[in-house]
Amino acid sequence: MSAQDISTRPSTTEAAPEGEAGQPATPAARGVGKRLAMTVGPVLVALALAGLLLMALGVNPLTYYTYVIERGLLSPSGVQQTLTRMGPLLFLAAGLIVSFRAGIWNLGGDGQFLLGAVAAAASAPLLAMIMPAGFAVAIAFVIAIVVAMLWSLVPALLKGYQGVNEIITTLMMTFLGASLANVLVKLIFLDPGTTVPQTRTLPVADRLPRLFDTTISSGLLFGLAAIIAVHLMMVKTSFGLKLRIVGANPRAAIHAGLSVPKLTVAVFALSAGLCGIAGALDVLGVQGNVRADWNPGYALTVIPMVFLARFNGYASIAFVGLLSVLSIGGESAARRLGVPNDFTLLLVAIVLIVLAIAEYIDHRLSKAAKV
Amino acid sequence: MSDLFTTVFLGALFFGAVTAAVPLLLAGLGEQMSEKAGVLNIGIEGMMIFGAYTGFLGAYLSESLWLGFATGMLGGIFVALIMVVLCVRYGLNQIVIGIGLTLGFEGLTALLHHFQFSRTYPRLPAAEPFPIPILADIPVLGPALFRHHLIVYLALVLVIVMSLLYRRTQLGLNLQAAGDKPAALDVAGVDVFRTRTIAVVFTGAMAGLGGAYLANIGAGLFVPFITNGAGFLGIVLAMLARGRPLWVLLGAMLFGICLGLTTALQVAGINIPTDVIQMIPFLAVMAMLVAFGRRSSLPAALGLPYERGAR
Repeated sequence: MSAQDISTRPSTTEAAPEGEAGQPATPAARGVGKRLAMTVGPVLVALALAGLLLMALGVNPLTYYTYVIERGLLSPSGVQQTLTRMGPLLFLAAGLIVSFRAGIWNLGGDGQFLLGAVAAAASAPLLAMIMPAGFAVAIAFVIAIVVAMLWSLVPALLKGYQGVNEIITTLMMTFLGASLANVLVKLIFLDPGTTVPQTRTLPVADRLPRLFDTTISSGLLFGLAAIIAVHLMMVKTSFGLKLRIVGANPRAAIHAGLSVPKLTVAVFALSAGLCGIAGALDVLGVQGNVRADWNPGYALTVIPMVFLARFNGYASIAFVGLLSVLSIGGESAARRLGVPNDFTLLLVAIVLIVLAIAEYIDHRLSKAAKV
Repeated sequence: MSDLFTTVFLGALFFGAVTAAVPLLLAGLGEQMSEKAGVLNIGIEGMMIFGAYTGFLGAYLSESLWLGFATGMLGGIFVALIMVVLCVRYGLNQIVIGIGLTLGFEGLTALLHHFQFSRTYPRLPAAEPFPIPILADIPVLGPALFRHHLIVYLALVLVIVMSLLYRRTQLGLNLQAAGDKPAALDVAGVDVFRTRTIAVVFTGAMAGLGGAYLANIGAGLFVPFITNGAGFLGIVLAMLARGRPLWVLLGAMLFGICLGLTTALQVAGINIPTDVIQMIPFLAVMAMLVAFGRRSSLPAALGLPYERGAR
């Protein structure tokens, strides 16, 4: 149901990158320039609008933005944190790209992320006691993937075989998942060694290695590999083409002989699996455990980034980087400048709305130019 | 188990159920009109949280709950008007704008709360109940069901009003047509945009009122993210009710009982972690969707912007 209604707008823009390759140089260059303007423009407008709001709250927006950029991008520890944060976010972006391009609105990324994280946090420290740490971490990843996939199974089957709107079901599963993660942490996988409600902690030595002499987790490289692989899969393989057909027009896909229900379940599994890896990556690379009531809500904030990137994997890397800078810098600013982290949420939302408006205006203008 | 069914427990259960059901009922009734008219209103969570904030602010500043409800409705309508302009008038993607509005107003209200109330955490005085004569004196059920704030009964009356509106009035038919076959409505000389605008603004008003109820009566204060998915539950209620207001009421009561269990079990001295209890309404939704999912029908033109003369 919702697949075809919603894909109307994104699909008109997403078709552009591939179609442009064969065109003469000048329009292509103009197209790139225009797309750049259509992408940077909304971000700048959103920064300005959110800045006005900061001003209304009595905070100097320039001070705030300078501080965020300094802490998130320019300071050595900040940039390392930013790059580390990018790892899980890239996996989430990859997971969202798969489903959005296939016209499936998996808004349950946060639930899949949390359960993947808890599954990894519960299994890795125990496994590390009986086998080499490398194996333990690898198996923990697999467990996280399976758990996240299973978590998406009900929405997948409901969507694929009963046509129940996946936006609703995945959102419900996210609320459910956040509570279930808490129950698991507080009641079942509780670390008996501490009074703080959290899972057992994976020793730093057993976690994913850091890159060279930095504090950057190697998760960044996995994340980059994942999003590029997903992008190539969607663009270059026949499986990706099938998914894009389902996304563009499910009815046509049925007529083309594609098994839409099966593809739907496959998309959910892929998408949820990638979101689950994101959670596991954050635990096995950075946090080492899951604390009770921990829910960073990354997936909902990654959604606008994926839209900004027009579901393009390479462009997503840049926007996930931007989001990382904003969130690492924002966390720092929350402590120092007294502006709560929720500001980043607001900023991201404004970006999303401004982007939608910009696309609309662009759509209208190009239509008017053709007539 | 036997000590579960004491009068205290049952009283707490039903009282809590009604208190929890009212915001869901309002959100569900509001969303129902939007969906009927063909607008999938994912932004309802944003309308609700902004209504909770403006409703609390209004009640706190004016020291009048009724003014608080009014400002709550206005808050919800404000968010709804953004949706009207972007999605109804200009046909922007309803999902994208809906997510944007929800995220944005969650962030905005959390920010405003931080700057205004995070040091003092002001509370409203407990709401004055309006006992219904005679009925309120029934043992157990009386205090649980018939001693609520007047707005609770008004919400119940609204269910009947909505039923009549959909079945007996021109506007009701127009709304239905705007969702099922907007082009036909247009041909009949009725403005589709106007019809859908009415629906979305009504959704905003109801969601805002529901939010204000959550903050002013349910909690007595505003905290960030207070709605915690109540708006999304409203969407599910509207989906499962298939256009019938009475079903929204039944669904809301069912959820209300799930949520009322929280307080009731604590009253009975049974300590189940709140996380387990918080899962109950969402588990109930998923169970209902699995059971009745195939039959949850939605209007044909739901989510599709109407463009005059297209195709």
